[in-house]
Amino acid sequence: MAQTTATRGGERREAEGGSTVASASHRSPAASRGVGWGQVFVRFLRHDKIGAAAFVVFGFFVFLALFGPLLTSTDKVTDLSQLYSQPSRDHILGTDYAGHDIFTQIVRGTRSVMVVGALAAAMSTVLAVTLGALSALVGGPLDSGVLLITDVVLTIPYIVFLGVLATFVKLDSPILLALIIAAVSWPTLLRAVRAQVLSLKEREYVEAARVLDLGTAHILFREVLPNMTSYIVINFVIAMTGAIYGQIILYFFGLVPLSGDNWGLMIQFAFTKGAIYFTNSLWYIMSPIVAICLLQLSLVLISRSLEEIFNPRLREG
Amino acid sequence: MVAIPQERSALARFNGRDVLGRLWSHFLLRRIAKALFTVFFVSTLIFFLVRLLPGSPVEVLIAQLTGEYGYSYEMAANQARSLFAIDPNQPLFLQYIDYLRNLMRGDLGQSLLSPGVPVTAIILKYLPWTLFSVGLGLLLAFAGGVVLGMVMAYRRNSALDHLLSIAASLFYSVPSYLFGIMVIVFFGIRMGLLPIADMRGTLSSGQQVELSVAFIKDALFHAALPIVTYALTGLGAWMLLMKSSTIAALEEDFVTAARARGLPERRIAILYVGRNAILPLFTQLTISIGFIVGGSFLVEPIFQYQGIGYTLFKAIQSRDYPLLQGIFLMITISVVVTNLIADLLYSRLDPRIRRPGRSD
Repeated sequence: MAQTTATRGGERREAEGGSTVASASHRSPAASRGVGWGQVFVRFLRHDKIGAAAFVVFGFFVFLALFGPLLTSTDKVTDLSQLYSQPSRDHILGTDYAGHDIFTQIVRGTRSVMVVGALAAAMSTVLAVTLGALSALVGGPLDSGVLLITDVVLTIPYIVFLGVLATFVKLDSPILLALIIAAVSWPTLLRAVRAQVLSLKEREYVEAARVLDLGTAHILFREVLPNMTSYIVINFVIAMTGAIYGQIILYFFGLVPLSGDNWGLMIQFAFTKGAIYFTNSLWYIMSPIVAICLLQLSLVLISRSLEEIFNPRLREG
Repeated sequence: MVAIPQERSALARFNGRDVLGRLWSHFLLRRIAKALFTVFFVSTLIFFLVRLLPGSPVEVLIAQLTGEYGYSYEMAANQARSLFAIDPNQPLFLQYIDYLRNLMRGDLGQSLLSPGVPVTAIILKYLPWTLFSVGLGLLLAFAGGVVLGMVMAYRRNSALDHLLSIAASLFYSVPSYLFGIMVIVFFGIRMGLLPIADMRGTLSSGQQVELSVAFIKDALFHAALPIVTYALTGLGAWMLLMKSSTIAALEEDFVTAARARGLPERRIAILYVGRNAILPLFTQLTISIGFIVGGSFLVEPIFQYQGIGYTLFKAIQSRDYPLLQGIFLMITISVVVTNLIADLLYSRLDPRIRRPGRSD
């Protein structure tokens, strides 16, 4: 708590006189807060049991994404005597339509789900933050133009847009896949960033920087964005949940070349092979669904925890 | 102080720029202009996607016709022209003008997979089923959410409130397509409670479209699963929204005043609290209409319900470009129109928003 109060005081001090503002970027509020975040974070998780659990679950998925492919075998062994077998010591989660081990597929699928999700979230965040902040700062015709396009793209149903775009591009690399998801998911974040910058713009230290004529780039990258880091991080996590759903949808509907390992692909196969109509294939269908829900739930809870960590006012309330 | 605004308005009649500005500040006109621009934007986007991307569908079709079927380039180009409602021999700009002119006449080209069938006819055949099921699902979710949300707000922090809150968060977080799969897996297959196979399609075979009890019953029977999916996956959000909105309305002065006047609690709940708490939900309604119509693209294939979402799914899988463009445009238009209607409805209900942020 003491840390945050000190920072707020610092913020005010910097804004007070013109001479101090010139050096504001060297000890910007965000930089001095950086030391405190680690401590606040650890202290906070001790109280927030659910948030801590979410971080553990997410950490587990990160571990699977990093090391999963190293720990499991690449080749799928087709075992026709083991179709849709129930969980056993050999197959922790049972087997699928061709006797492949389901647990291996879940483990191996984690990496592509996480990589595409993070990449797409990063792309849409970068686009939304730069364009949103710029349009709020500059204002005028640029702002109205950006806002109009954002509104228009927001009106088009997201899923349909994604599906239609996917038919025009051959989605054979994770980067392309991430790009197409990012291309339809930036508008919500852009509006949020723009609103935030509009309110930051009125703060004294930004006004002071304007008076000193420090230039839009300086104001954007040195004054405004560093003070929005927490906001951007939270929105990145939320964008990642959206990107994960987006790619699962693309896989599920067969819009991505059907190869590699991905949870969406597992649901797709379960659906097209008719597994959802068999009584003994429950483990095959539910495994990827539960994995997706767990990952998404952990991300949503993490974003809520972060919000409370970064925004002490919520904690007190 | 009074004379100045009058003077300004008198001058405005002679100033062209100001007249435009006044038109723009008119709520209705602004909404309509934006809606038209959205439709224009999407049709332009579609045109350039089809024409300009490397290996565009038009080129692929011409290459296929000349290569595999031995058409001459002329014949292939003619064929492509009628299927896509685009003439590949003209300069791009003229093609674009032609395309827009065709759109205005409702000519969206013909389906690649069933040549000779206009895209417009296919859309008109399947769209009503989706509007019927999505509309009913949304209505149920909205009504249920409003009632349960008010109950939650009135019984704040009771066991019932906590139970409903958990249920709402749960329904809110499960995506509709996964919900659909789980309905089939658990209720259809594991427990055998639902005749999944019989419920496919939009009508039983032999059932005619007519105004009779049998027809309505049959249509509802086939649409039941999509409707339940839309309703339950949408319910949670409405409940949580209505709860917070009702809590805010309960603290308003006019509610306290009504209580002080000794009005019956029931009357206060419906006429004073409910009517005002519902208002902010209407803006959400506009957003969720588009969301659910888009969601039909995921839900309909799962239940094999042949509406526009199912047709789009098939068109995308078979790369039937004219059909998928047409449906994409059609879905956008229906979202834009419903948004417009909801906006106008809202400005009737809440006159405060009709003026853009000006307090004079």
